[in-house]
Amino acid sequence: MSATGTTPWVTILAAVPLAGAVLVGLTPRSRSDVAKVTALVASVATLVLAIVMAAQFKSQAPGYQFVQSYSWIPAFGVRYAVGVDGISLALIALVAVLTPVVVLASWQDAELGTRPPRLFFALLLVTETLLVGVFGATDVFLFYVCFEAMLIPMYLLIGSYGGARRSYAAMKFLLYSLFGGLLMLAAVIGLYVVSLHQGHGTFELASLERLRISSGVQDWLFLGFFVAFAIKAPLFPFHTWLPDAGAESPTGGAVMLVGVLDKVGTFGFLRYCIPLFPEASRTFAPYVITLAVIGILYGALVAMAQRDLKRLVSYTSVAHFGFIALGCFAFTSEAGSGAVLYMVNHGLSTGALFLVVGFLASRRSSRDIAAFGGVAKVTPVLAGLFLFVGMSSLALPGLNTFVSEFLVLVGTFTRYRVAAIAAALGIVLAALYILIAYQRTMQGPVVHQATLGLRDLTTREAWVMAPLVFLIVALGVYPKPLLDRITPAVQATYALAHRYDPTPPLAAVHPAALGTRGSGAGGGGRP
Amino acid sequence: MPALVRGAGVIATPSVSYRQISPLVVLFAAALVGVLVEAFVPSRLRRRVQIGVALLGLAGAFGAVAALHATHAVPVEGALAVDGPGLFLSGTILLFGFVSVLLLAERNLDSTGGALVVDAAVLPGTQGAGAMLGSRGQQTEAYPLLVFSVLGMVIFVQANTLLVMFIGLEVLSLPLYLLAGLARRRRLLSQEAAVKYFLLGAFSSAFFLYGLALLYGYAGTVNLGGIATAFAGNVGRTDSLFFLGLGLLSVGLLFKVGAAPFHSWTPDVYQGSPTPVTAFMATGTKVAAFGALLRVFYVAFGTARWDWRPLMWAVAILTMVVGSVLAITQTDVKRMLAYSSVAHVGFILTGLVAANRAGLSAAMFYLLAYGFTTLGAFAVVTLVRSPEGEANHLSQWRGLGRRSPVLAGSFAFFLFALAGIPLTSGFTGKFAVFQAAVRGGATGLVVVGVITSAVAAFFYARVVVLMFFTEPAADGPTVAVPSFYTSAVVGLALAVTLLLGVFPQAVLNLAHGAWPFVYG
Repeated sequence: MSATGTTPWVTILAAVPLAGAVLVGLTPRSRSDVAKVTALVASVATLVLAIVMAAQFKSQAPGYQFVQSYSWIPAFGVRYAVGVDGISLALIALVAVLTPVVVLASWQDAELGTRPPRLFFALLLVTETLLVGVFGATDVFLFYVCFEAMLIPMYLLIGSYGGARRSYAAMKFLLYSLFGGLLMLAAVIGLYVVSLHQGHGTFELASLERLRISSGVQDWLFLGFFVAFAIKAPLFPFHTWLPDAGAESPTGGAVMLVGVLDKVGTFGFLRYCIPLFPEASRTFAPYVITLAVIGILYGALVAMAQRDLKRLVSYTSVAHFGFIALGCFAFTSEAGSGAVLYMVNHGLSTGALFLVVGFLASRRSSRDIAAFGGVAKVTPVLAGLFLFVGMSSLALPGLNTFVSEFLVLVGTFTRYRVAAIAAALGIVLAALYILIAYQRTMQGPVVHQATLGLRDLTTREAWVMAPLVFLIVALGVYPKPLLDRITPAVQATYALAHRYDPTPPLAAVHPAALGTRGSGAGGGGRP
Repeated sequence: MPALVRGAGVIATPSVSYRQISPLVVLFAAALVGVLVEAFVPSRLRRRVQIGVALLGLAGAFGAVAALHATHAVPVEGALAVDGPGLFLSGTILLFGFVSVLLLAERNLDSTGGALVVDAAVLPGTQGAGAMLGSRGQQTEAYPLLVFSVLGMVIFVQANTLLVMFIGLEVLSLPLYLLAGLARRRRLLSQEAAVKYFLLGAFSSAFFLYGLALLYGYAGTVNLGGIATAFAGNVGRTDSLFFLGLGLLSVGLLFKVGAAPFHSWTPDVYQGSPTPVTAFMATGTKVAAFGALLRVFYVAFGTARWDWRPLMWAVAILTMVVGSVLAITQTDVKRMLAYSSVAHVGFILTGLVAANRAGLSAAMFYLLAYGFTTLGAFAVVTLVRSPEGEANHLSQWRGLGRRSPVLAGSFAFFLFALAGIPLTSGFTGKFAVFQAAVRGGATGLVVVGVITSAVAAFFYARVVVLMFFTEPAADGPTVAVPSFYTSAVVGLALAVTLLLGVFPQAVLNLAHGAWPFVYG
């Protein structure tokens, strides 16, 4: 554990939105404007605090920073243990950025639900608290508690403020996630009992990583965690809840859901599956990579066939999650760092894409692609934004996603050549689904008379999009500050799994490198 | 007669430590005072006095249990077992009894006053029944009956011999058969519930008694520890009498806990009984029956652990599956909660199968946590009403969240607790029993447990969908404004459900420290 950074940042970042949620809940029912402002203040305050935390974070220090550990339920060895490494820092920052954006974006949407607007914002802030808990937890039990509890506010958000088939979508979301979560519970208990047999029962990550688990048990425990995360991520074939939940959520909810909540799955791969069950991770990696590649191609193909804009964005996410899972399980630091960077970039790009689509859908009261056509002539700024965000999503060089997609592919290529080549096809397909959607909705002649009266981007909407557009460009041009923090954490993760970067073939041939090859590559160095 | 007098000299008078049996004495006294009140106190004061006597008696008995906390003894010549598990469960039963009396005391909900009938003997459909509906009277015998039942439950969990256990079983059951038939509304359903409960209950008592007889024939004693010693010391002779007795005794006990395949009475009885009585049955009886089950299997059959565990595996799996799957098809809130209770019995049985200290403390914690949540849920059920009484059909709960968000929110919280969502007591309990089961080597059972939990989540979530995500029905139910009694129950249940979910350590310690059972 690092001695640097004693401020309990995770607790603070979790407490501020929670306090905000309570305050929002206490605002009078008739004054939804007070609730909105309170929510905005709380989420912006969280963002500011997150920036301060990021500034204090020492990028080269090993291990977790800003750690706290208190006994919580001694009977089960449960501790309130939190800490931040590069991976959690990036994702907590993403949560902190997206929440105020969502609050501002939902200014009017929250009024349309069946329940009072203040509840919408309170639930949103509670979700933020639990997400910070999920990313900051270093105790498996605490992680599990946040992981499962998070479902409830999201379930209520979708069900109370969503579209026409909202209760179906909310139910599907809850049941899928709960099913995965409960399988994980069995694995968590199994892990706990293994730790009991080897000394004392604990849930602390650092102690659990040192356990010696027989490979048969590892396989089962790995599967318990993996299925939960694969459903959450969602990885093909566990993805079918996402298009429903993504399409029926209110726009803000969809941004939260697809932008951040789903990252918990891929985050879980890196934080729990790989370090805790290294042997099982290696055993299952080829299967996971196969699923990931199928997901990339399948998600992209199905996205092209969608008629509903929000479903289209949801399916593009299935494809993107394939890339992230590919990066996680390729076991090279390029791919791993790329995957983490991809999580952040996907949150920004897809979040922005959902927002633009949401703006369009609320103007037209329809998410149908066929309800648009030639809209660029009426709303040029909105159309431009759509194109820009779409380009970011299809990984145009110069924009954020390109960096991460490239890293994932390069990192995968050194170990899984076929998978990398197949996944590269996904880039082509991505260009297709984005551009076809753009062409059908924005280009050509105006199809519907009703679209003629559509308003262009409003000032509030511009404020919503501005931070995202800025970050999409900034991270596309200069991702180094983020990568510098992510890479050591990713390398530490793979070191726990005894997976090191393969030795480049050239170095292997070079006589000077021959001497260091055996010790440098370690046991698992062969691709 | 001189012969008898001479004989009395041979039989030593039993030594009775009144301190150790003080909870029973207090309960018995309170129940008797209740009977006297019924006879002598004028009718206008009777209800209030009865409530006071019942609450005082239960609180006094709880105090007596608390005072005995570290006792480990077999008073009354080994008839009773005053030990950690017995006292923990007695305390739990007394708490649930206390809360149930509060629910029973509520009069603000029904325009005609209370959940209990004026005169249970009047036949439904006759002239008297019509006249009865208008009367604000109430059968106040319910209070002493409930205290008697609590007395039986406490005897049940503290019995050290099978005979005393049987007496406890009867003392707890007989008042419940009566109470089940006392609903003010839907008299036919209530009477059907009472008859069904009585017939099936009598049947299961007979099983219990037969098992008892066989075990006595095998071991030559009804003492629980004695049976264990006899089995352990039995080499060479056949054990068939023992296993027949074990099987029959298990049937009797599993009927009382409501485990599949002996669960079929639960939905009917839960639905027909007056809701406060249902709440009491779902919590008090469950604790008592589990207390006896745990004691019998840990003490009397403790040495035969490897023989009964496969049986209990099967029962636990069947109970979890039947409870969760059948609950999905229910359209009545009370029937749904009944099937949910069956599923929960399955989860608690995984703690029994663990057959270790962790399993015992987990099962006891689960019972306490589940009980408070269930009491809260049934308290909410009493508040949602239509002109005909409680609106129990789920379709009547549409859009309740819009109409009264606080009530619907509380119910949703209870449902999430029953579904085992973290930060509620339900999750802590589930975690406790499952980890005990894995420690006891029953990993397969836990896998079934988590899958059925996911199934169960479906019907809990469905009610939340109904309450919050659907439009209210035009002629939807009214939500009655409760008096202090019911509000206190809902508030207490909410607080306990949250507290045991976030800071369960104190109660976990209490349950953990209750080990071991006393032998002797």
